[in-house]
Parts: sequence; C-alpha cells; structure tokens
Amino acid sequence: MRKIFFIKPNISNLNICLPVGSFLILLSFLDIFLNTFYNLNPSFFIIGPVNKVLPLLLGMIGFYLIRIEYSGKKYLDIFNKKINLNNFNALCTLIISFSIIKIMPIFLSWFIIDANFVGDNKDACTGSGACWVYIKVWFERFIYGMYPASEIWRINISFILIIVFGLFGLFSNEKIKRYLILYYAVVYPILAFIIIYFLVSGGVFNLEWVQTNAWGGLSLTFIVAFFALIFCFPIGLFLALGRRSKLIAVRYVSIGFIEFWRGVPLITVLFMSAVIFPLFLPSGVYIDTLVRAIFAIALFEAAYIAEVIRGGLQALPKGQYEAARSLGMGYWKSNYLIILPQALKIVIPGIANTFLALVKDTPLIFVVGLLEIVGMTNLAKTNPKWLGLAMEGYIFAGLIFFLICYVMSKYSQSLEKKLSSER
Amino acid sequence: MAKIIELKKVNKWFDKFQVLKDIDLDVSSQEKIVICGPSGSGKSTLIRCINRLEEHQEGNIVVDGTELSENTKNIEKIRAEVGMVFQQFNLFPHLSVLDNCSLAPIWVKKLPKKQAEEIAMNNLKRVQIDDQALKFPGQLSGGQQQRAAIARALCMEPKIMLFDEPTSALDPEMIKEVLDVMVDLAKGGMTMIVVTHEMGFAKEVADYMIFMDEGKIVERAKTKEFFENPKSDRTKLFLSQIL
Ligand SMILES: Nc1ncnc2c1ncn2[C@@H]1O[C@H](COP(=O)(O)OP(=O)(O)O)[C@@H](O)[C@H]1O
Ligand SMILES: [Mg+2]
Repeated sequence: MRKIFFIKPNISNLNICLPVGSFLILLSFLDIFLNTFYNLNPSFFIIGPVNKVLPLLLGMIGFYLIRIEYSGKKYLDIFNKKINLNNFNALCTLIISFSIIKIMPIFLSWFIIDANFVGDNKDACTGSGACWVYIKVWFERFIYGMYPASEIWRINISFILIIVFGLFGLFSNEKIKRYLILYYAVVYPILAFIIIYFLVSGGVFNLEWVQTNAWGGLSLTFIVAFFALIFCFPIGLFLALGRRSKLIAVRYVSIGFIEFWRGVPLITVLFMSAVIFPLFLPSGVYIDTLVRAIFAIALFEAAYIAEVIRGGLQALPKGQYEAARSLGMGYWKSNYLIILPQALKIVIPGIANTFLALVKDTPLIFVVGLLEIVGMTNLAKTNPKWLGLAMEGYIFAGLIFFLICYVMSKYSQSLEKKLSSER
Repeated sequence: MAKIIELKKVNKWFDKFQVLKDIDLDVSSQEKIVICGPSGSGKSTLIRCINRLEEHQEGNIVVDGTELSENTKNIEKIRAEVGMVFQQFNLFPHLSVLDNCSLAPIWVKKLPKKQAEEIAMNNLKRVQIDDQALKFPGQLSGGQQQRAAIARALCMEPKIMLFDEPTSALDPEMIKEVLDVMVDLAKGGMTMIVVTHEMGFAKEVADYMIFMDEGKIVERAKTKEFFENPKSDRTKLFLSQIL
C-alpha cells in the first residue's frame, strides 16, 4: 500500500512540519472550543459526517506531523514521548482532551455560572445551578455540628493546640529524636485527649459543659478519625506480632480477635457498642457514646492494620530475624530495631489504604446518634426550609473527604519516598 | 585446655527427619575447626544449634559453661558471646554499615554510643572497609558486605565465631578478601568453627577437620592427617571430588 502521507516528518523537514502540525492542532482545538462554548461551527462549509470528525482528523494529522524523533527540541521530545508516541496514543490524547472541553461547560454552569452565592435563604436560589447559599448558611453547622455558637472558639483552640503539639517532631534535634516514638505513641494521644476532654467537652474551669451528642460536623469527623487512627495503629501492631508469637495463647487470642473483627460489619460493631456493650458495664459506670464509637472503629480497623503489618513481617527474609538473634537481641529488641522498621516501611501503602478507609468509615457513627459532616448534611437536607438541596450538601461533604484523603495519600507517598531514599 | 564448647550425643529432628545423629564434639578455647561435607548433611544445623538458632531435642550442648536447654534463661547472653556469620550476610539493609556494627553493642551491651562507634570503626578498619562505614549495605559489593558482617559480629567481642559457608554466595574474585580477613582473625587467636569448602583455607588455619554426612560426624582428624590420610571411604570420595 502506498504511504498515505507523502511527507515523513523528521529532523530535516522540522521547520515545515512543526509549524504546520502545530497550526492544525490549534485549529482542531479551536473548532471544539468554539463549538462547545459559543455554539459556533467554524467548519460549517464542510458538510456531512466529515464535519463531525473534522477536529479529530485535523488533530491526528497535526500530531502526525509533529511526531519527530530526536528533534533536538527538549519539550517537543518530552511531549512526543508522553502523549504522542504513536497514532493510537495521539488519538487517546485528542479524545480525552476533547471530552474534557465538552464536559467543562456543564460543570462550570452548575458549579459557578448558574450557581447562586448571595442571599440567606432558599428563595435566593433562583438560578438553575447549585445553591451554594445553602452551604454558606449551614456552614457553621457542617463544621461544628450543634455545638453552641458562642463556644466554638474552644474547638478551634483545641485543634490548633493539637496540631501544634503534633508538629513537635519536625523541630526535634538528634538528642530528643530517640524519644519521639514514645512521644507520639503515648504522650501525644494522652495530651490530645486531655485537650479535647477539658476544652471541647468542658464542665471545668468555668467552661460550659457540652454533651458529645451536640458535637458534630467536620470537627467531629476529625476527632473520631484522629483518635481512631492513633489507637488502631499500636493495637494492630501488637495483634500482628501476637499472631506470629510462639506463645500459643497469645497467638490464638490474636487470631480470634482479628478474625472476629474482620468478620463483622462496622455498622454492627457500632450498634453493639451502643446497645449491647453498656449491658456488660457494672452499674454506675458510664462510658460516653463517642468514646465507645471511637474504640469500636479503632478495634475494627486495628484488625485490618494487623493483617497489613503481618504481610510486611512475612515479607522479611528469615535471615534478618536470625542475624538479630545471633547478636544477642531478644524478642522486643529485634522487633523494635530490626524487624519493624523494615516491615513497616514495606507496608506504608497498605497502612495508608486502611487509614483512608477508616476516615471514610467515620460517617457510620450516625447509627449511634452522632452526626459528623455527612450526618449533618443528611440532617440539613430534611430541614423544611431547605428541602431539595441534598446534592449540594453531598458534593460539599464529598469534596472535603476528597481533600482529607488526598492530603493523607500524598503524605504517605512522600513518606514512602523519603524512607526509600534513606537507604 | 578448657573446653569452651561441648556437645554430647546431640540428636535433632525436623519432624520425623533426623538431621543430627549422636553428635559428639568438643572445642577448646582458641581452636579452629573446619566442618565440611555434602550439601544437606546437617552442617548448618549443627553450628546453628551452638547458638541455639535451632533447638536440639536430645543430648547436651554446653557453651562456655552454660548448658543450652529450654530452661536457659540467659540465651541472649550466650548469643552475645558467640558471633555468627551467615552465607547470605544478613546485614540490616535499613542501617548504615556503621550502625549495623554499633547497634548491638549499644542495645545489648549497653555501651555509650560514642564508645560503640569507636569499637565499630576499629573492627571495620580490621576488615578494611572503614572507608565504607557510612554507606548502606546495598551499596557494597558482596565481599565488602560479608566483611562488614564479620565486623558486626566482632563488635560484640565474642569468644567464639561461627561461620556458615561465608564465601559460598560470593563471586570468585571476592572470596579471597573474605578469607584473608578470616585467616587474620584465626591468627589473632579467635575460637572458630567454620563450615566451608575452601580447602586451602582449611589447610592454612584449621587445627581439626570434621567431615559430616547424613547427620553424622564421619571423620574428625588433625588437618594434616585428614588430607593426607583420611580413614573413611566416604571422606576419601568427598575429598577426591572437591580437591
Ligand atoms: N527448618 C527446617 N525444616 C525442615 N528441614 C530442614 C530445616 N532446615 C534444614 N532442614 C533439612 O535438614 C537437612 C540438613 O540441613 P543443613 O543443616 O542446612 O545441611 P547443610 O548445611 O549441611 O547443607 C537437610 O536435609 C535440610 O533439608
Ligand atoms: Mg548449609
């Protein structure tokens, strides 16, 4: 078959191919752009089905023309390698870009152009787009739940304190570095608990007592996720070690625990924490619903963390254990110094995965009557004055969850990179 | 001379399979013993029983006056006195060579960090890789890694050193640098039990040779006699294959 294109783009005809190709690509994008945003059809003079695929055709020819190997132009080479490697690659690039351009107006109009931002009740939402007024009016509730408005500063202060204490590790020098694990594993959780207990809960120092069922919204999401995360990791760690222990009792208790918690749905666990668990408590002893919910989630996720960590422990060669033992290190020392640093490094992605799952599981605490951000949106959408605005609320909550999870995921990636470059 | 290691009628099974059969062995302080024998004959298992990485089921093993049994409380103390070098080096990949060496002295012997690092540097110098101290094991050649592993064991200042085929995982051109270090160590008066097929090394340093087959010690003899006048046919056959 004769070659369709008489020009074979290469470095010798770069000066023709590159401008012509770029021009054609520009034309194709211009066509799509005008089509979507201004409803114009610049290629009206071409009729029939060709008109529909014209941008694709122009783009393909353009991409073909600029596909020049070793052009000597750095950016062109990178461009070709990444998104214009061959005709199929170019086609994918074009289709994806065009689709994004085509979809954009729908999103833009709903999110911004036709959306309503001003006003303070539902009647202000006259446009066909999103009613962000709703989010604006309910914002405080979405963040702080039913916490009394005049006391909200207490939540803010405690979160700032917790963050400040959490950043401690960044400013530590060599001398205190060895105590950091102790700090984060023991001191920090206690500190955080004290802060939340006295400042957010109140009841002392002339602070009004705020019951936990008034807590809610994003701040509750953070509180639940934070404590559940902090508790589930050490519990999971010991379960993982226990499952591989030589002591039969320890091993079977660990296996039983892990399999039990992995075998029941979280929602059941939360129910049990609310309904059945109090029956086992001696009379007079009362444990707050929130505390019970946090422990239910922590124990549930601990079982998953344990299995993730066990995977890491099993991935280590037996020689590492033997070398540690042969140097006179006992069980705890060899685990602490040799085994866990390596095993945990391997399973960072798995741990991050479980942590993300934990954060996304927090909305389930609605079954014990606690309303974090999703719970609050659920509540708000049933408010008679704001009916029919579920979509905005869920998108808002979804975006916030996405943000939290994205940050966590990025952090785990950077941690992975940092640790793997350390060797 | 005082016996530092004594094995009497040691038997060991993996499930139903008997790996060690009636092993009798004693080693005096400063003696060097080389163990050879076909693959699967139980050489590794034997020396791993001496620092109790493996447990024996019958017989007695006494190391430096302490009998090894399930009731041994201070097994860590014994292990700290017995250095071990593995075929696969088993360096800790997440630590620098220096940290590999100073870790156990700091955490097991409770030495101050500065002193432990001094000891580590001295031993790294002794095996001639002090210039690699800050590198990680993955950045070293096989020969350098094995020398680092020897230095790591020496940092605990052990009374006995066990070597399990220390050169078998090495490229031929690196074997010599490791053997040189071991010869040096032998000349320094260390008590050594070495599983190896490097017969040149054996002839140079060993006081006694042991030939094992199918879990038994088939022959134990002074080095010269072992090579010049082996008694058992199996030893003769083995030597003829290996030399
Ligand atoms: N952990 C184990 N479980 C079961 N069998 C083993 C184990 N370790 C070694 N063996 C068996 O014991 C025998 C002796 O092994 P080993 O002491 O490693 O021999 P050598 O070091 O002389 O090659 C071999 O047959 C081997 O398969
Ligand atoms: Mg072996």
